[in-house]
Amino acid sequence: MTIDLTRLTIAGARDALARGEFTAVELTDAALAAAERARPLNSLITETPELARKQAAASDARRAEGRAGKLDGIPLAVKDLYCTEGVLTTAGSHILDNFVPPYESTVTAQLFAEGAVMVGKANLDQFGMGGSNENSHFGPAVNPWRRRGDTTRLVPGGSSGGSAAAVAAGIALGSTATDTGGSIRQPAAFNGVTGLKPTYGRCSRWGIIAFASSLDQAGPIARDVRDCAIMLGAMAGHDPKDSTSVDRPVPDYEAGLEDGIKGLRIGVPREYRVDGMPAEIEKLWADGIAWARDAGAEIVDISLPHTKHALATYYIVAPAEASSNLARYDGVRYGLRVPGNDLNELYENTRAEGFGAEVRRRILIGTYVLSAGYYDAYYLKAQKVRTLLLRDFEQAFGRVDAILAPTTPGAAYGIGEKSNDPVAMYLGDVFTVPLNLAGLPGMSLPAGLSAEGLPLGLQVIGRAFDEGTVLKVGRALEKAAAFTGRPDVWW
Amino acid sequence: MSENKNLIEGATGPWEIVLGLEVHAQVTSNAKLFSGAATAFGAEPNAQVSLVDAAMPGMLPVINRYCVEQAVRTGLGLKAQINLTSRFDRKNYFYADLPQGYQISQFEHPIVGKGVITLDLADGVSREVGITRLHLEQDAGKSLHDQAPSLTFVDLNRSGVALMEIVSEPDMRSAEEAGAYLKKLRTILRYLGTCDGNMEEGSMRADVNVSVRKPGGPLGTRCEIKNVNSVRFVMQAIEYEARRQIDILEGGGKIDQETRLFDTAKGVTRTMRSKEEALDYRYFPDPDLLPLVLDEAWVEKIKADLPELPDEKKARLIEKMGLTPYDATVLVADQDVAAFYEAVAAGRDAKTAANWVIGDFMAHFNKSGQDLKDFTITAPKLGQLIDLITDGTLSTRLAKDVLEAMVASGKTAPEIVEEKGLRQVTDTGAIEAVIADIMAKNADKVAEYRGGKDKLFGFFVGQVMKAMGGKANPAALNDLLKQKLAG
Repeated sequence: MTIDLTRLTIAGARDALARGEFTAVELTDAALAAAERARPLNSLITETPELARKQAAASDARRAEGRAGKLDGIPLAVKDLYCTEGVLTTAGSHILDNFVPPYESTVTAQLFAEGAVMVGKANLDQFGMGGSNENSHFGPAVNPWRRRGDTTRLVPGGSSGGSAAAVAAGIALGSTATDTGGSIRQPAAFNGVTGLKPTYGRCSRWGIIAFASSLDQAGPIARDVRDCAIMLGAMAGHDPKDSTSVDRPVPDYEAGLEDGIKGLRIGVPREYRVDGMPAEIEKLWADGIAWARDAGAEIVDISLPHTKHALATYYIVAPAEASSNLARYDGVRYGLRVPGNDLNELYENTRAEGFGAEVRRRILIGTYVLSAGYYDAYYLKAQKVRTLLLRDFEQAFGRVDAILAPTTPGAAYGIGEKSNDPVAMYLGDVFTVPLNLAGLPGMSLPAGLSAEGLPLGLQVIGRAFDEGTVLKVGRALEKAAAFTGRPDVWW
Repeated sequence: MSENKNLIEGATGPWEIVLGLEVHAQVTSNAKLFSGAATAFGAEPNAQVSLVDAAMPGMLPVINRYCVEQAVRTGLGLKAQINLTSRFDRKNYFYADLPQGYQISQFEHPIVGKGVITLDLADGVSREVGITRLHLEQDAGKSLHDQAPSLTFVDLNRSGVALMEIVSEPDMRSAEEAGAYLKKLRTILRYLGTCDGNMEEGSMRADVNVSVRKPGGPLGTRCEIKNVNSVRFVMQAIEYEARRQIDILEGGGKIDQETRLFDTAKGVTRTMRSKEEALDYRYFPDPDLLPLVLDEAWVEKIKADLPELPDEKKARLIEKMGLTPYDATVLVADQDVAAFYEAVAAGRDAKTAANWVIGDFMAHFNKSGQDLKDFTITAPKLGQLIDLITDGTLSTRLAKDVLEAMVASGKTAPEIVEEKGLRQVTDTGAIEAVIADIMAKNADKVAEYRGGKDKLFGFFVGQVMKAMGGKANPAALNDLLKQKLAG
């Protein structure tokens, strides 16, 4: 039988597997075939067909014994920032392109415990640093979408571009991703799929290669809101191995999805109306507001006055932490080693060759802002602004239950179009980074197409640990938007 | 502060040394500060390294609660302020034996604040030295440069081991005071069970800050001597460094603030890095760890369970047991010795017990090279020996011989007394008989004695004792001999 993964959802596959319409092995074979066909998209750095088939066979055996887990037999792509035991884990970089971890990240271990099948490791900007996937040592993943009547290859966004492209192209039904400044939500928006960045501390960071420890958070990218709820349920939870993971129960995120949003108060932050925002983004946002109102929500104008400082703050905090987190890649114990005449030369040669330009740029920025004499002016001030940003949100959430905003200021762009302008690239994070700085959950769902026929995303922001409301609002908007767009298969 | 008697004479007059110490004390704990790896000394290289210690990608630190408890216990033992909220920072620098590329330490907000240590100086004088702070941090691994000609090997067994950095105020004024500080700190840590204090195994190391000034003048520029690993070397390094600084200043030069190393073979300090070369550690709060918040009740519980500390024990031995400050200081310097003493003294004369423990017992024990718990002379055995003196069975002199036999044979004092027939003779008849015999054999000497040569008395005592195998009760012998010789 042929299974079209571009149409199938995790929930749909779960039910079909339960009904015996197809087996996990059949589903996995379809995914692997799709992956092979989609190699021009470069969404996977490593394909793991043998592992996937083994996992799928084991899944069918479990199901036969009546022991199927919540994700049993579901083919997933795993962002190559998650350490996977015995499987090459590169972080998209040259410095780790020979690194095979002897351990499994907590989140992937939990997914596998629920029966998930891994088809491969998804492409990304090196160490999660970037918004276009052009910073991957393995070449960029390519967006399955193209502009109407145009064959220009577009970026899939980043850093989880491979994760989003793999879902959009029907290689996997869902994927794991990470979000430090928008790395789940922006690629989800660019690829017409749904991505959820949970509250900081909701998922364990153990075994996920760190970019910026106080901002990084694992989350799912999937075809729709329900699938994100299903995946989050398996990914979330307290981990004693991560001191910043939070010990509170994981609710059944699927349970309240269809409750509707009647009576909910949804905030629209006036500061997100930035100068030069394209009309089609304005329109998308207005549509979202209208859909929410039509679904019975009360729309409330709110102010998040420190928003304009978020981007600058982010580009101090994230590089600062990164400069320290990436110090361990020194050529001494694992990964790339480029010899030198002495220890310093070993470091210099290894790190100069092993890290890409954007990673080096951020290490330099981070080292600078932490240096004696600059620390107070940059890092300390950024931490203070961060507190103010958090206060903005806390005050807003005294009045509203969720916040609605665009995910990005524009649609996907062509590969190479912005690669010489890092600042233009950073500006793409303007709507996403405030949540990371405040630790809040946010979701992007596809809500419309640009004039060029590219998907655009709406973002729902929630209170800390209130992913349930984010999902519920997302589900209501999803129904209203009735987004059915699919990329034409050109690969 | 009293007048400093430790001034050093220079060509231009007296100089005062100003000293502050930063001691790194390894926390006694089975596991490391942020990982579950073991910490035992002497394991095969890289046998005690977890994924966290090796800084594998994606690994995260988790604080070891017991290490925190040990730091709090130490703070309480130093009569210091316990900070209920403290924070871990990253100290960033590159080195081959520092896998993370940073050391997790506490920079701005240490777990323990100001405290105090009382030094016991040679002449029985006490002096207080302020503690600035104590913080928790990770140790680094070890680089081995001598294993291969062109390679450096790295042993990560120590990587991540918990250290307490204990920083003193610049309150010390001589090498002797610095030595006393280290010894006292080590004693307190051992009493608390928070650090074994074994400097030769690297469990305790000191960074010594040395400056000199004219008495009463402003503080001089200091040099820091890094990583000195014995009390003796600390004292030698200070002596050398102070003299070096004085010579420079008196020669019209100025001191460069710098980090120096002590060359133990040559007994000199050498520049390690100058102030210009000082590293910028780029400290910032470790985002992988939450602020460390302690429950006040938990701290109180630790406080309530503290053992009796050396200063308190010393005061008690002086006040309640009537010991001299000197004896008390010697006995409390080692917790095991103090406990041994107290077991010996229980129900016996405190002073006699102290004399025996500090004197003959210590001499034998030190010679044995054993641990106190393994040494053949236990407190009950020494007590038995003292009892035999008290009840007149043994003279002090005989008791010394018996103790020696006890060490050699492992037998008890009563067994040896029985076996060798060492029971002292107090039977005046028996002693008189021997005296008569000796006098008869030495009639000439008796005549000389009686003629005024008093010094011969000792000769007669010796002869009688010898004839009696040393067993005569000395007092009885003296009395009887005097009587008989007097005619």
